[in-house]
Amino acid sequence: MKFAIIVFPGSNCDHDAYHVAKHVLGQEADYVWHKEVSLKGFDCVILPGGFSYGDYLRTGAIARFSPVMSAVVDFAGKGGLVLGICNGFQILTEAGLLPGVLMRNKGLKFICSQVKLKVENNSTPFTNQYKPAEITDIPIAHADGSYFAEKDTIKLLEDTGRIVFRYCDANGQASDSANPNGSINNIAAIVNEKGNVMGTMPHPERACEADLGSAGGLSVFKSILRGFLK
Amino acid sequence: MKAKVYVTLKKGVLDPQGRAVMGALKSMDFSEVSDVRIGKFMELEINAASVDDEKKRIKDMCEKLLANTVIENYTIEIE
Repeated sequence: MKFAIIVFPGSNCDHDAYHVAKHVLGQEADYVWHKEVSLKGFDCVILPGGFSYGDYLRTGAIARFSPVMSAVVDFAGKGGLVLGICNGFQILTEAGLLPGVLMRNKGLKFICSQVKLKVENNSTPFTNQYKPAEITDIPIAHADGSYFAEKDTIKLLEDTGRIVFRYCDANGQASDSANPNGSINNIAAIVNEKGNVMGTMPHPERACEADLGSAGGLSVFKSILRGFLK
Repeated sequence: MKAKVYVTLKKGVLDPQGRAVMGALKSMDFSEVSDVRIGKFMELEINAASVDDEKKRIKDMCEKLLANTVIENYTIEIE
């Protein structure tokens, strides 16, 4: 399986994503500069974390017009798997591939910490290797991660199982105190209607080796691989 | 011509920055302030012949890039 890691000016988690695809999963991976216009030959596209275009105007607002994004929209439209992590999630919402918007954290601070997440839907191509309602450990690192969407959109996401991860406490409760950034309904990750595009504020690529603190994110990449091998 | 674009948060969208500024104002004894909302102001230098045509284009710029209409409103002034 071959992963494309899109590199925007200001991406800084591209190497982490490459490392997981190449050395942890043992699959092929290539960096794709944002000026490229084709994603031919790739089986999965990762939009990595970072600060594309310095977060100018709004996070992801300018990156979304990079030349490669037309190819990403085409790729997603044909059912290809697209994973947006942190800034990648912000870019996917700006591009209209996912609903809603990631706003400034409620507490205004950049938060870098390990959080507990409840797997709300383990039947997506990104989460099929998690157990139902599994509680996992993945770090967050963002200043703009407060998920917001209009009421109707939130209801639609809730009713159709499109919320994938939710911030929770050790018992799996999505309490206010377990909500790090003010996201509506503790939303941490969602998928599009078809389920082939996921945006996540937590960084699964930083949690794939127990030696580095947690392997709670590895199942995301194992899920992607399993879907490809089937 | 010069265009001024104001981008503001929609009603009901939480503005933690505005709230922090309001808290500071209150602590400075400006107790009459009951709400602060922070927005963006952009000034665009534009080469265009017709004001009416240009208004349409600036609206397009706002819809596509300058504002995120999920959470923001915009107003345009042309000088």
